[in-house]
Amino acid sequence: MLDIQDLHAKIGDKAILKGLNLNVKAGEVHAIMGPNGSGKSTLANVLAGRDGYEVTKGSVSYEGNDLLELAPEERAWAGVFLAFQYPVEIPGVNNVYLLKAAVNAVRKYRGESELDAVEFLGLIKEKMKIVKMKEDLLNRSVNEGFSGGEKKRNEIFQMSVLEPKLAILDETDSGLDIDALKIVSEGVNSLRNEERSIILVTHYQRLLDYIKPDHVHVLSNGKIIKSGGPELALELEEKGYDWIKEEAA
Amino acid sequence: MASNTESMDDLVDKDYEHGFVTDIETDTVEPGLNEEIITFISKKKEEPEWLLEWRLKAYRHWLTMEDPTWAHLDIEHIDYQAISYYSAPKSKDDGPNSLDEVDPKLLETYEKLGIPLQEQKFLAGVAVDAVFDSVSVATTFKGKLADAGVIFCSFSEAVKEHPELVKKYLGSVVPAADNFFGALNSAVFTDGSFVYIPKGVRCPMELSTYFRINASNTGQFERTLIIADEKSHVSYLEGCTAPMRGENQLHAAVVELVALEDAEIKYSTVQNWYPGDENGVGGIYNFVTKRADCRGNNSKVSWTQVETGSAITWKYPSCILKGDNSVGEFYSVAVTNNHQQADTGTKMIHIGKNTSSTIISKGISARHAQQSYRGLVKISKSAENARNYTQCDSLLMGDQCGAHTFPYIEAKNSSATVEHEASTSKIGDDQLFYCMQRGIKEEDAVNMIVNGFCKEVFKELPMEFAVEAQKLLGITLEGAVG
Ligand SMILES: Nc1ncnc2c1ncn2[C@@H]1O[C@H](COP(=O)(O)OP(=O)(O)OP(=O)(O)O)[C@@H](O)[C@H]1O
Ligand SMILES: [Mg+2]
Repeated sequence: MLDIQDLHAKIGDKAILKGLNLNVKAGEVHAIMGPNGSGKSTLANVLAGRDGYEVTKGSVSYEGNDLLELAPEERAWAGVFLAFQYPVEIPGVNNVYLLKAAVNAVRKYRGESELDAVEFLGLIKEKMKIVKMKEDLLNRSVNEGFSGGEKKRNEIFQMSVLEPKLAILDETDSGLDIDALKIVSEGVNSLRNEERSIILVTHYQRLLDYIKPDHVHVLSNGKIIKSGGPELALELEEKGYDWIKEEAA
Repeated sequence: MASNTESMDDLVDKDYEHGFVTDIETDTVEPGLNEEIITFISKKKEEPEWLLEWRLKAYRHWLTMEDPTWAHLDIEHIDYQAISYYSAPKSKDDGPNSLDEVDPKLLETYEKLGIPLQEQKFLAGVAVDAVFDSVSVATTFKGKLADAGVIFCSFSEAVKEHPELVKKYLGSVVPAADNFFGALNSAVFTDGSFVYIPKGVRCPMELSTYFRINASNTGQFERTLIIADEKSHVSYLEGCTAPMRGENQLHAAVVELVALEDAEIKYSTVQNWYPGDENGVGGIYNFVTKRADCRGNNSKVSWTQVETGSAITWKYPSCILKGDNSVGEFYSVAVTNNHQQADTGTKMIHIGKNTSSTIISKGISARHAQQSYRGLVKISKSAENARNYTQCDSLLMGDQCGAHTFPYIEAKNSSATVEHEASTSKIGDDQLFYCMQRGIKEEDAVNMIVNGFCKEVFKELPMEFAVEAQKLLGITLEGAVG
């Protein structure tokens, strides 16, 4: 599904990713952990095609194609979804309206007919239940005045409606209360299947209690310095990152 | 007025006796402005003596005035003697002979708005013989209005058919000597619209000049007068979303609204005059005086404008809140792109007790455009418990454009409540990226964000108008980001 080879990326003059390798197969869930500033969000942004990052070396292949060649919206059409660490507010733009435009943009790309308002509401009704999305959030401006947890939940709601092939969740668990964490995790789990891959960026082992990863990676200073199974996360929780850094050094 | 310099030279070379002809048979007069020309216009239109006098008085006053320079605009000097002040309905020689001679950018816009070919020709000023569907629409709708007792006709027709109303109200809101462009208009206006809604009547439909303008060219000095008698209600739509290519660079219109007791006027404008090409060449100078007089108690006037066109816009639709409990509203979206300039805003003059006003102004600038909001809220001594709320937001696209805000508040009564909020924001890369990550194309994302920014104003527009305005905004700002 996703094959990242020796990826180097910089912002301005600052090198951030320094030779990152990652291979994600269809149906797998990978957790990426690592200290603040190690480059986790940078990786997510580079994969989603955000402006301002320069890839200086390496390659990213997605379903056999060069992902880095594609414009951000083309990546979205191809099934790449990023749940933002900090979802942005867009005043005056109705939350549901944005989502409908997003759904129809993908449908158009696939040569399917666009959904009208009624069909679209039918589609989202089910999904709303899964993440227990409050109706009033749908009709407010995108993320405007949403609480931190509401923003994160909205991201997962969008994800469940858009049904991506590759979902990258950047610290979606941060800022969620215990109940919300459970609900959001259920939302993610309900999307899990053999065709869909998920990359979870997180700082906390407790998310991984709910969403069982197949692989856990430690990202430090722009590289993956250790990979393992779910037990690695438990070890990190206990010992922190220093021992791996030393090991790697 | 660069294109007219040649004729100006011709004029200077000419002997006086051949210069200004007052031959009523001719259809276009030589460039220049003087009492003879004004007399000619008035005669040509078969106006009563009082109206000619009124025009001449305005002209004599205009001669004593100077071009206003206080606006935040960069205007080339306008040579008023180089303009021809009267031109009868278009002849084939005036405009381009075919669409091939029209700015291709303009045609592209027509295509995007889905305007039929015949109509495109009309809008671009190409002489056409075809009759539009809208003419027949206009006929049926005139019947309906007549049944309700509503008068809706051209200004010239009103002068002939309803002289008592015209005489009573003309210049009662915008006096002939009010300002430089207003005075010029008063002296030389050629036509415009007239509306009278009788007592207690709710106008059975939205009145739109679009139909009428299709039938006749109102020219560059337009005059509009709308009177809503007691307990009446009217919603008036001015302009159309298709960019009209004027033959003249200078447009100086005057709009006067009178709302009597318990009456309500809603005036919506979509202005999309030709803005000139990407380098700022050509394009209309749009200098408009719009003012409403809330003369009666409990009267209400609401101005809603979407300004996307013209090279230079200079306009301040205003409300004089004379009646007790009267209400004035101003909702504005102004978009400037490329080298466009706009200086726009409103004046709310509170005179009556418990009067209230609301101002919502949204300015969007892109590329090299400059835009200013200029607003005056004046609370007179007599205006007990007056209230005003002003909100003024600017959105910048790119870093070469500018937004400026000049709010003036004069409160002479301490019981007044005046609130002002202002914000300036840049269309954010993070907002755009968010939308694009969800699969929405950059162009559509810009559209969405800009429309979101303007939402509070668009919701004041009649439904069909709002939809068109949104589309128009997208076209105006096309490619402004990235
Ligand atoms: N626009 C920018 N300009 C300069 N440096 C940047 C920019 N964006 C990110 N960085 C730097 O890049 C490094 C990696 O940032 P990134 O956001 O990828 O970290 P992260 O692993 O997601 O951290 P966190 O766990 O705190 O979210 C940091 O040192 C950060 O300061
Ligand atoms: Mg991060």
